[in-house]
Amino acid sequence: MATAVTPEAVEKVVFDALPQFGAEPGEITREATFEDLDVDSLDLAELSQIIEDEFGVQLKGDDIGKIKTVGDAVDMVVSRAG
Amino acid sequence: MPRPEGAVALVTGASKGIGAAIAQALAADGWHVAVNYRSDEAGANAIVSAIEDAGGRAVALHGDIANGAVDGLFTQAEEALGGPVLALVNNAGVRADNLAIQIDDADWDNVLNTNLSAAFRLTKRSLKPMLRARYGRIVNVASVVGPRANAGQANYAAAKAGLIGLTKTVSHEVARRGITVNAVAPGFIETDMTKDMLDDVVKAIPARRAGQPEEVAAAVRFLASDDAAYVTGTTLFVDGGMSA
Repeated sequence: MATAVTPEAVEKVVFDALPQFGAEPGEITREATFEDLDVDSLDLAELSQIIEDEFGVQLKGDDIGKIKTVGDAVDMVVSRAG
Repeated sequence: MPRPEGAVALVTGASKGIGAAIAQALAADGWHVAVNYRSDEAGANAIVSAIEDAGGRAVALHGDIANGAVDGLFTQAEEALGGPVLALVNNAGVRADNLAIQIDDADWDNVLNTNLSAAFRLTKRSLKPMLRARYGRIVNVASVVGPRANAGQANYAAAKAGLIGLTKTVSHEVARRGITVNAVAPGFIETDMTKDMLDDVVKAIPARRAGQPEEVAAAVRFLASDDAAYVTGTTLFVDGGMSA
């Protein structure tokens, strides 16, 4: 059963997942860019899998291309679930 | 990083010929093997029995990979064998030979769909558990036909050359996650699929004989092993010197 999509729930999953891709936990904020966090396109593809497993929300390649910041990713998932 | 405990290898088209030999070779190397078949259930069951008799673990899985059986194969393999699929061998292939001018759309589509498009879909699906595990082995069974011409096989050659292109590009995309993607390119191997061709071509093989399925399987076994962790994006020809 997928977790209900709320901005807070998505933010927690994203924040929790990013350190496994090498992001420094102290640097993860909504405003941080993935480039600054050294999170690359393969990492984002993997993050989208984690989101799909958790929330049942599928992000397409086009969606991922538009994401620049951590906040963008959270907002994208919330908007796709709506 | 060594292969995780309980890792599963999925081999498509493994009820006979090269696929069956690959399934047995991987099982002998400690992989738990999902033996996929489309129509030869008895053949697949025989391979599973042979693996079990030798002390290995395997399961026969029915599924037509050209017609959507992708997700189900992975789920069934993981449920039956109790571990993630961390090796994929895209072996299933078909032939529908004719001169290019005589290949109809159905024969073009069927060969490309089974030999190339299905391999892509399986590869894409397999990356999910492999990325998570930071470990994976994908081996695509290509052919000397593709890198080399073979009149009468434009569809087969296009699919196999495409498979080598797929191998190289995906290898770059996932190399930093401990996942290797390689191809083997068999020459003329003695199987049901080639028995109508062998007499004509043996003269053109430097080794002057057809290869055996076990000789291809040995190459796949190596590429799937921890010893080959730094080998990725390559095509290993198993062809008695044909392509040299």
